[in-house]
Amino acid sequence: MRVSMDIELKDAPGQLLLALNPISELKGNLKSIVHHHEDRTPRSTIPVQLVFEVEHENLDLIISRLEENGIGVARVDEKRFMEHGAVILIGHIVHTDIQDTIDTIDKTGFAEVVDICLSMPHIDKRSSASLKIDAVGRKELHEAMAVLKEVAEKKDLLVIEPIGAEVA
Amino acid sequence: MRKVRASIIGFGSVGRGVAEVILQKDDELKSLGIDLDVVAIADSRGAEVNSEGIDLNAALARKNETGTVAIEDLTGEYVIRNVDHDLVIETTPTDIETGGTGLVNMLAAFENGRDVVTSNKGPLTLKYQELMKAASEADCKFMFEATVGGAMPIINLIKSTLAGNEIQSIEGILNGTCNYILTRMMEEKASYEQMLAESKELGIAETDPTYDVEGIDAACKLVILSNSIFGQNATFQDVEVTGITKITPESLALAYDEGYVIKLIGEVRKDRLRVSPRLVPASHPLAVGGTLNVASVRTDLAGTVTVAGRGAGSIETASAILSDVISIYRE
Repeated sequence: MRVSMDIELKDAPGQLLLALNPISELKGNLKSIVHHHEDRTPRSTIPVQLVFEVEHENLDLIISRLEENGIGVARVDEKRFMEHGAVILIGHIVHTDIQDTIDTIDKTGFAEVVDICLSMPHIDKRSSASLKIDAVGRKELHEAMAVLKEVAEKKDLLVIEPIGAEVA
Repeated sequence: MRKVRASIIGFGSVGRGVAEVILQKDDELKSLGIDLDVVAIADSRGAEVNSEGIDLNAALARKNETGTVAIEDLTGEYVIRNVDHDLVIETTPTDIETGGTGLVNMLAAFENGRDVVTSNKGPLTLKYQELMKAASEADCKFMFEATVGGAMPIINLIKSTLAGNEIQSIEGILNGTCNYILTRMMEEKASYEQMLAESKELGIAETDPTYDVEGIDAACKLVILSNSIFGQNATFQDVEVTGITKITPESLALAYDEGYVIKLIGEVRKDRLRVSPRLVPASHPLAVGGTLNVASVRTDLAGTVTVAGRGAGSIETASAILSDVISIYRE
């Protein structure tokens, strides 16, 4: 997951390194650091904004190690799902148990159906649905699409994916 | 000035388009150093042969009035084998089951040392390697730009203009009939069946539209691209094919609400050949409407190059044939 974090450093040499060490030790992947050296907080600390990717279970450890190092953690925003996908389904979507179709994605643990829009012109005609799927990463989104295609094939549903959706 | 004696084998809409284009572009051809004489024309009912050069206006008029160009009871293959000429313009109908008369004609041309320019997909889809081998052993030129995208230049673009680039993938809309049906379904919020009927009325779809709407035509073009660009030995069986017959107007509307259009996209990579309906962002270069064809070529040096053009129509297809003729014989 991707984490955006605001921390506060004391104005002393080596503080930034002290802040970054726990992240690298716990296999975090730093995406950006903005160091506001000229922009002090009322507590005379230096605000720093960090963005990094890390396994969910390591985040609490990072926060506690930062605090042990005397670094204030002012704000943490977690964004678990980083990749967004869209797909269109055509067929007897409702009659083939739409809940089951959605569950196959949700049960993966790394992807979720976050929006569905259904159009049913007539009871005898094929329905159409647009699905939005979020996943923790690109590879996982691709896997979720593969899972969806597998269940769709069993239910005789046509899956229309975006171009360039494959993982390179 | 290079004298080129040619035969036109197959005098349906493409063959007639070729005759019209040759008439229209005679001066341009001469300015490029090509003095092109058509010495034989054959259709399914016979042929006209004249070693001094056929009067193309008269041949076109006769075809219009009587339904055939035939003066003598000769087959295309006989003409290819027995009339002295340099170039066979092969425009007989596509047969992807056996290769049909097109395959016989092309092999006969190479056996007799004649160059071939064709719009006929069937033989190339079935027997690409065999045909290339026959052409190369006979030291003959063999060009087929018109088989893939009509007036949209793709094979020659890659082989000439993008020479030196490694081609990573090609994806695009390779069937104008499907593109027309999907575009109109979205515009009119109408069913597939209605818009298929409309395109038949307009002559955009054939009476039997199976080849187009089931994705078979696009799949054949992918096979030709895969073999000619990636040097593969692919056949129709290697292509995953899904057509457009199940697309609903509701699905097009839902896709549009999300910023997409649905297009039948053909995709060629070294390890994958696939034709399937796909979501294309509405602002993407591949999101062209009507009967247009479009292809994006992904390369290592030039990045992605996209080209669009008319995929069908007798004059458009004849334009691709003319361009092949010029690239063989220009001085």
